[in-house]
Amino acid sequence: MIPAVALPVFGPALPEIILSLGALVLVLVGAIQGERSTRLVNWLALGLLLAALVAVLMLPSGRATTFGDAFVVDGFAKFMKVLALIGSGAAIVMSTDYMRREGIDRFEYGILIVLSTLGMMVMISANDLIALYLGLELQSLAAYVIASFHRDNLRSTEAGLKYFVLGALSSGMLLYGASLVYGFTGTVSFPGIAATLKGTPGIGIILGIVFVAAGIAFKISAAPFHMWTPDVYEGAPTPVTAFFASAPKMAAMALAVRIFVGAFPGILAQWQQIIVFISIVSMAIGSFAAIGQRNIKRLMAYSSIGNVGYALIGLAAGTAAGVQGVVVYMAIYLAMTLGAFAVILAMRRGQAMFEDIEDLSGAARTHPVMAFCLAAMLFSLAGIPPLAGFFAKFYVFAAAIEARLVALAVIGVVTSVIGAYYYIRIVKVMYFDEPRGAFEPMDVNLRWVLGITSAFVLLFWLPGIPSRVLAAAGAAARSLF
Amino acid sequence: MGLLAGLLILPLVGAAFILTLRGDADAVRSNARWASLFTTLGTFLLSLWAWGRFDAASPAFQLVETHAWLTDTIRFKLGVDGFSMPFVLLTTFLMPFAILASWSIEHRPKEYFVAFLVLETTMIGVFVALDLVLFYLFFEAGLIPMFLIIGIWGGKRRIYASFKFFLYTLLGSLLMLLAIMAMYWAAGTTDVPALLQHRFAANLQTWLWLAFFASFAVKMPMWPVHTWLPDAHVEAPTAGSIILAAILLKMGGYGFIRFSIAMFPDASAYFAPLVYALSIVAIVYTSLVALAQEDMKKLIAYSSVAHMGFVTMGIFTMTPQGVQGAMFQMISHGLVSGALFASVGVIYDRMHTREIAAYGGLVNRMPLYAVALMVFTLANVGLPGTSGFVGEFLTLQGAFKANPWVSFLATTGVILSAPYMLWLYSRVLYGPLEKPSLKTIMDLDRREAAILLPLVALVIYYGIVPGPILDSVAASTEALIRGYQSALGTTQTAAAPLAVLQ
Repeated sequence: MIPAVALPVFGPALPEIILSLGALVLVLVGAIQGERSTRLVNWLALGLLLAALVAVLMLPSGRATTFGDAFVVDGFAKFMKVLALIGSGAAIVMSTDYMRREGIDRFEYGILIVLSTLGMMVMISANDLIALYLGLELQSLAAYVIASFHRDNLRSTEAGLKYFVLGALSSGMLLYGASLVYGFTGTVSFPGIAATLKGTPGIGIILGIVFVAAGIAFKISAAPFHMWTPDVYEGAPTPVTAFFASAPKMAAMALAVRIFVGAFPGILAQWQQIIVFISIVSMAIGSFAAIGQRNIKRLMAYSSIGNVGYALIGLAAGTAAGVQGVVVYMAIYLAMTLGAFAVILAMRRGQAMFEDIEDLSGAARTHPVMAFCLAAMLFSLAGIPPLAGFFAKFYVFAAAIEARLVALAVIGVVTSVIGAYYYIRIVKVMYFDEPRGAFEPMDVNLRWVLGITSAFVLLFWLPGIPSRVLAAAGAAARSLF
Repeated sequence: MGLLAGLLILPLVGAAFILTLRGDADAVRSNARWASLFTTLGTFLLSLWAWGRFDAASPAFQLVETHAWLTDTIRFKLGVDGFSMPFVLLTTFLMPFAILASWSIEHRPKEYFVAFLVLETTMIGVFVALDLVLFYLFFEAGLIPMFLIIGIWGGKRRIYASFKFFLYTLLGSLLMLLAIMAMYWAAGTTDVPALLQHRFAANLQTWLWLAFFASFAVKMPMWPVHTWLPDAHVEAPTAGSIILAAILLKMGGYGFIRFSIAMFPDASAYFAPLVYALSIVAIVYTSLVALAQEDMKKLIAYSSVAHMGFVTMGIFTMTPQGVQGAMFQMISHGLVSGALFASVGVIYDRMHTREIAAYGGLVNRMPLYAVALMVFTLANVGLPGTSGFVGEFLTLQGAFKANPWVSFLATTGVILSAPYMLWLYSRVLYGPLEKPSLKTIMDLDRREAAILLPLVALVIYYGIVPGPILDSVAASTEALIRGYQSALGTTQTAAAPLAVLQ
């Protein structure tokens, strides 16, 4: 007799299953072996992420749903999952030497990264409001803990606490918004909501969308919900900052795209204004507030706020070209961020880490290769061709022009000139100023990360390379429409 | 891979080779400069080969090659026509001179020559790109090496000058980028030959024209957005000034001809009076400003702004004479201004000052230098028999056809260029040789003579025989004017381009 309750299809969720079971095994390994197992756990965690990456790539093409339509896998999900997994893997690779030197090399780090990544994967694949919240909270809770991973350090614990309190607030807002949306549409499923919402929605729905947008804006550190970012970025251990700036951003941005394009496509005109506003404020704050920063981690925080603003331009367009722009932007942003943080992690003399921009003075002469790579990252972040960052901006601006958001594009242009000022100011410090003494030689892991990301950023323009990335991103974007 | 891709790759190969140089500082320095000299000479030879395969009688794009790039409609497409070929040759021709002018560089020579070779690739790329996005890519990529050249090897206020240069040009170009996207959505492609056939709606043209104008006017530079130029010129090292004046400024003029007029004819006709007004202000006002300068490089920088005024005026007359004259003026100014900055570099290397007042009576010790500088000075004034005359004359003639008043006002600028240049010459070269520091100054050595004398010869040659340059742009000019006039619906036929000189 076959039982009446049918099991869900597990196939589409294979990468998530690998990660969740693997994380449990890692906890066991850590619990049995204690602190000695840190190295092993890190390697195993990396292996898990790699296995999940392979599993994502092996999934059959096309759209598949499971768990009662709560979980969806399509081209978009796969692309963003690959990015999130790469970001998380790099976060582990870049952390090992740092954690050992700082004496905080505990096995929990790798496990927390894996759990957080699992949350991201669920966020990316969420197809209803419940799955969305589950993924988001799993990702965030793990992140709160690793923000304060340096638990004897005042700034690190402060960063973790701040992140937690503000994160909880934003989760509350998101939940409140989600409950309003559920109340007015009668369903939590994104396709269901999309089918219900047509024409001019009621004020309750609008209010719900505003709260959802506020919650998501917090997660992607978009202004005006960005206040936690500089403090958390500065306070958290640097490899953790690199992690926050990369992988979770991929997932949160994917979530934003999925909920707005997937659940509210019928009322584009309503949420477009919200996204346009968030985008403009983020770009402005990202560029103006960064000018006065002396600490490079804080600067990267404002830079990431600004970059999220640019990526949101693509979302504001609400078209397939716009989503393609977001996807391309996030892929290139991931490379630039990891590359920049690889250099920041190498700013070390003896045992002490340095975080001031001025500490990079004359790096072009003491560390010519490193300075060259960082300069490439910075010019790329400023959006100067032929570096990859130019193509990122190109696609979101192009989508905005297509969607007739010309004013938004013009504001984006003006803020990117202002942004260029503070990026090239770092180039100036490295290339025009007198050296202030050398750093320690770069760790091998960091060299790998910096080398790969630099090659990506520098060579992206060569014929043959961008067309492949763009074709993949285009296919990913079209899978949502 | 075709010939033009080879032109882009060759300097990069040289740069990569220099990056791999190791060993003691003197050996690296010597190897780096020889490697870059050979690379630039090789690139020049390659461009001569391209020139040999180029048919100047045809207005079509030639040596076209296409590679897959962003999408099916945004491709890596290269090609040259009568407007771009001369600039490619000018670039590759002047680069060896710029390298020779940098022979005595001691501060971080490896990076210096790498920056120049990368710059060469971006400059050639601007002129051979046949896709708007690709054009933009090279147009703006040049900012990075130039920013570093001014900032690392520049003078006292190098940081201010490099930032001003970078941010000024960036803002202008980003507006153009938005226009490029609008064109992409309107026409469905960024392929230049296809866009030349596309007719944009009139009010869209207005916006597109303004956005392109923002970029090219800053690059030219036109009054009143020229203020970055004197700073950049004064602070840049000699070779940086040569390249900046001789080639980077020409990108603006090239852009006007290639894009503004050819793609937005209605808007160009509408805005022509504005361009005339700005050109006349540039010609008259910056000539007067040049009179008051005490720094040699600044004086030449302002004179460049004035000379570029003739170019913009000539282009927007939309007459064969005006456009050909503008092309000629740009080539000639490339040679003359490059030579003038190289000449300033010669005495700067000896005395380490650019102040005019610090010199006087040099003719007594430097006769060869005096002769060379005299030729360049007179060419900059526009004396008949030098290349400077032909361009100014043709643009003025074109302007006379379009609007006699414009021509009249611009001619006063020709007069004004004589006093500041001749005064500069007399203050530096003539008078008694009194200053003790100048008593032992030496005339041109062989390297400096190798830089200046070929330029003297060319300046005089093209002044007497302007035909080669004018012929090579004639077919493209005729096609441009024909397209422009058919777009405006006029039937007036273009006059024979060379008639004025016969």
